[in-house]
Amino acid sequence: MKKVKVATVWLDGCSGCHMSLLDMDTAIISLSRKIELVYGPLVDAQEFPEDVTVTLVEGAVSSQDDLEKIQKIRQRTQILISMGDCAVTGNVPGMRNSIPVQKLLQRVYVDGAEEKKLVPSDRVPVLLKQARPVREFVKVDICLPGCPPPSKAILGVINDLLEGKKPDGNFKVKFG
Amino acid sequence: MPQKKLSIRIDGELISALEGQTILQAARANKKYIPTLCALEGLTPVGACRICLVEVSGSERLFPACTTPIQEGMSVITNSPRLTRYRRITLELLLIERNHVCAVCVSNGHCELQAMATAFGISTVELAYNFPKLSLDMSHPRFVLDHNRCILCTRCVRVCAELEGAQVWELISRGIHARIVSELNEKWGNAASCTSCGKCVQACPTGALAEKGRAVEEMTKNLEAVTSLVHRRGVQA
Repeated sequence: MKKVKVATVWLDGCSGCHMSLLDMDTAIISLSRKIELVYGPLVDAQEFPEDVTVTLVEGAVSSQDDLEKIQKIRQRTQILISMGDCAVTGNVPGMRNSIPVQKLLQRVYVDGAEEKKLVPSDRVPVLLKQARPVREFVKVDICLPGCPPPSKAILGVINDLLEGKKPDGNFKVKFG
Repeated sequence: MPQKKLSIRIDGELISALEGQTILQAARANKKYIPTLCALEGLTPVGACRICLVEVSGSERLFPACTTPIQEGMSVITNSPRLTRYRRITLELLLIERNHVCAVCVSNGHCELQAMATAFGISTVELAYNFPKLSLDMSHPRFVLDHNRCILCTRCVRVCAELEGAQVWELISRGIHARIVSELNEKWGNAASCTSCGKCVQACPTGALAEKGRAVEEMTKNLEAVTSLVHRRGVQA
């Protein structure tokens, strides 16, 4: 059987959703027989492949880099899943949204720093005005909220998709 | 004088209820579930949250079950695709209006808004989040008011006025600018009429009113403390 190509992406999040994904114990062994992880923080690939079946996105869209990534990923993915509250609602990254970006950077890197008081400008992605849910930038096929979503829920959605079913109601959704 | 009995139908089932009861009271007395957020047993209903909207035969418009009195022969539908759709839209509007960041909320896991969203299977919203800049009032020695989590149900306003008799809380402004304020927009800590009884905190369905010193998920509310007081005083449920 040909393995299904799955990718994961880490935008503005804490990697907790990826931890939850890995936390599925022995189920990960049988899952690895059915899927091939082609991109993401858990594997080495540098470029997002052209033809991915399922991509799990962790994190809000918060920087210019996030935005370019998610647009490219959407073009190259059949089924895009917002994994976790940051991707679904903006969550904790979105808590900066009522503060102007310059004021925020000043507070963190200058007023809040003990030494080398300098707002980074080189080699770091430019922040967008606000950190917002993935759905507000590209079409999202499935939303899986939770902080993080329980690993059983992530596994359930992947298994449903592998069996060609539409994941609906098999997992109990909960924000937070 | 005994109250007059009326016959009404709820979801097709014939039930007998007392004249003067609301649709919600008649439904609850007959173990029929209607979802609510702003209603609280013993407090004057205000119809603020619109989650309890029901269909009444013979009328195109929807009625809030908590404020609509029953009438003889009335036929009420408590659940339909149309009602579910409107209830979901209402919940979505509540979720996007302010900053309900469940993951870092003291009431995570014990919140009525969060539980209602789960019950309706809401996994995302269709509208854009508002992300308003809202303040926090930490001036009270024991309690916190966080406007980010407030859904303007006014349970605090009513429990303070009707059960404690202190009338500390009020609503100010209208629409999206509406806020809960203590004592004519004075800081809560300076509100001389506040008895620090904490009934508003226990009645609050979300993390908007909480006890100080609670971390994420630690603020469990004790609604029983409020409703048992109602029963002891013999207030009509």
